[in-house]
Amino acid sequence: MKLLSQLKVGQEGVVAEIPGNDSVSVRLLEMGITPGATVKLLGSAPLGDPLEIEIRGYHLSLRRQEAMLVHLAD
Amino acid sequence: MSVDAPAKPLSIALVGNPNTGKSTLFSALCGVRQKTGNYPGVTVEKKHGQLTASGRKITLIDLPGTYSLAPRSPDEMVAVDVLLGRQRNETTPDGVLVIVDASNLERNLYIVSQIAELGLRTIVVLNMVDVATERGITIDAAALEQRLGIPVVATQANRKEGFDRLRSLLADFDQVPPATIPSPFSDLFQEKVDSLHTVLKKRQPELPKFLAERLLLDTSGYLADELHAHGQEVQPGIEKARTELASVGTPVPAVEAIARYGWVQKTLDGVVTRDTTPRQSVTDRIDRVLTHRFLGPLVFALVMFAMFQSIFSERVAMALVGWIEFAFEWLSELAGSFMSEGPLLSLIQNGIIGGVGSVLVFLPQICILFLFIAVLEDCGYMARAAYLMDRLFSRFGLSGRSFIPLLSSFACAIPGIMAARVIENRRDRLITILIAPLMSCSARLPVYILLVAAFVPDRTYLGFIRSGTLTMLAMYALGMIAALLVALVLRKTILRGETPPFVLELPTYKWPDISTVLGRVFDRAMAFVYRAGTLIFAVTVIVWAVSYFPRDEEAVQQPFAAEIAQLQSERESIEAAETPTPEEEAQLEEIDARLSAIDNQIAGTHLRNSFLGQGGQWIEPVVRPLGWDWRIGAGVLASFPAREVVVGTLGVIYNLGEDAESDSLREQLQNATWEGTDRKVFTLPVALSVMVFFALCAQCMATLAVIKRETNSWWWPLFTFTYMTVLAYVAAFITYQVGTLILG
Repeated sequence: MKLLSQLKVGQEGVVAEIPGNDSVSVRLLEMGITPGATVKLLGSAPLGDPLEIEIRGYHLSLRRQEAMLVHLAD
Repeated sequence: MSVDAPAKPLSIALVGNPNTGKSTLFSALCGVRQKTGNYPGVTVEKKHGQLTASGRKITLIDLPGTYSLAPRSPDEMVAVDVLLGRQRNETTPDGVLVIVDASNLERNLYIVSQIAELGLRTIVVLNMVDVATERGITIDAAALEQRLGIPVVATQANRKEGFDRLRSLLADFDQVPPATIPSPFSDLFQEKVDSLHTVLKKRQPELPKFLAERLLLDTSGYLADELHAHGQEVQPGIEKARTELASVGTPVPAVEAIARYGWVQKTLDGVVTRDTTPRQSVTDRIDRVLTHRFLGPLVFALVMFAMFQSIFSERVAMALVGWIEFAFEWLSELAGSFMSEGPLLSLIQNGIIGGVGSVLVFLPQICILFLFIAVLEDCGYMARAAYLMDRLFSRFGLSGRSFIPLLSSFACAIPGIMAARVIENRRDRLITILIAPLMSCSARLPVYILLVAAFVPDRTYLGFIRSGTLTMLAMYALGMIAALLVALVLRKTILRGETPPFVLELPTYKWPDISTVLGRVFDRAMAFVYRAGTLIFAVTVIVWAVSYFPRDEEAVQQPFAAEIAQLQSERESIEAAETPTPEEEAQLEEIDARLSAIDNQIAGTHLRNSFLGQGGQWIEPVVRPLGWDWRIGAGVLASFPAREVVVGTLGVIYNLGEDAESDSLREQLQNATWEGTDRKVFTLPVALSVMVFFALCAQCMATLAVIKRETNSWWWPLFTFTYMTVLAYVAAFITYQVGTLILG
């Protein structure tokens, strides 16, 4: 199983699921990170965290810790 | 609409995601006809605007920007309650205006699908069509309108394009159909909602179905508390429904996002076409630089530098400050020329003009800072700043979102604390509020400027770095470092918890909209003036009273009476001569100088005898370890309501006139001695100890009042005052003791 946090810069992935039901997981779902959606890692802030991703045509930043909540399809 | 009777006034709620141009649309529609306030018990701003469309009066209720109508906190509940007509002291809206970002339609339609379920009359405003076109996105608005079954108006709010149709729709709002979009959820899910709704309605007949649905979806437990949906009749049913939904592959809470985004995709199929050739947007190109590993922080530092530079620039900010000071001096003299010496004149000159004036003097700097912040916010840079700062802040248990409130606090903690509303996480917001007053606000500047100029020896390092600048920077750094450390301690003790999450949209860059930016600056400037006119006004009158009374004019003047009489008769005899010789003129000047010195001495004695003076002498043992004499102590006591007051108070205390920032105050402080000795009061360690104290203390009533309002509790302002005072005292103590050790 691959996590969103494991993508390399410029790499794309397809979301498999966000299994959690905590408020961060819900927020990520609401922001459009749903099963089947394509995510692309655009880069990271100067100290390596947080990350910048592209999802549903817009840019979103989130920490590695939050990106670990997102499971990608193999 | 009947012709003879005027149609009843409408109220319409304005909803939408952040970064969609919602506030631009709001101010473009309503202009300056807006009223702001607060919803009771929460930190959500209540904002109403008025507009007229074809003679029809409409009230626009601006709800806070949000990505989803899924309340997990009292603040998020407000928007839902307003839309459902459940919010007390708020009119039930006749319908909704949903603004969506055309360049980001997929995510923006998510909230449209939620609003559609409310069954209200709804208009979709498709904004930022120009940005979409630039990014190669074409939207068939007519087709979208047909699919949604509600009006869709394409606009560019910043240019007021598309407003004709919007206005005519608003004028005939009764013709707008209520939204009836088929539920995006499965039949099983809808069945579960229906049966939950039936159960709940037995106890709360008014409960809308939308809230039953939310209750089923809300895993945070917030809504169960809010709707009192605990106990045997409800909770087991919800658990059972969720298990059943999970077993067929639609687990709560993921089911909602999956269902709604599924609906969005179906709705947009064939409506949106994308230019398939991959192109790099302007935003991407700008971001290449602004979030670059090395260039990003560099640009960030430059932006911050430019901001502070312009706040303290001699040409603009300081010149404006000078004008305001001049205006108040003129007012004070004007009052003096109309009225005779006495308590009333003293109240007007020293109390009102001195107190309120000393605060209003900072208005230009506050406006400049807010201009910067508003421009950076509106063009989309603030989100990048938060992105760049997050890593640093997360080490101290904060998130990048705290950056904007803390930055605003350099002008004044009050707007800073109010800006903390953008932080969703309650604990995170609380910590930000509690540390915001540690940022060196503009009210500390006069204290720094005075003491640095008087006591820090002027040296130049590396050819251009001056010791004064370094000292000022050290004070700013002290506040910031203290703030981060306090945040860390709070996070580890009374506000224990995980580091808050950081999920932040990085919006498309755009040119800032001038009217939105100026409107925001105006709002905040007015809030500041209002504060100066009310709270600070009241407090300065009180401080004036305790430093004026008790007052025994005769007893104080008596020892000087003979000398004054003699000086005055000498003066008269010289003036009697028709043409004074140069010697006589010199003599006159000498006499005047002596007279004003006596006046100052009398003022000083009055102060020593006043309640404030007595208090100062009473606390002398407490402030001695900091290297202070009773007069500094009294100055600090007097500046409890607002720290900038201390400059004026020190002026009076050290037997001075009111012109506190002139050279003479500096010289007087330099020459001041401990009473009865010729030992100097102010040495470099003492001056530094006073500065450090003022950098860290909570001497600002207005800030404490805002903390009370924003946290809805007396405990937090009390806590802030206590911890900051202790911190300031300890730091000043260390500064003085260590300073004395090193400098002798």
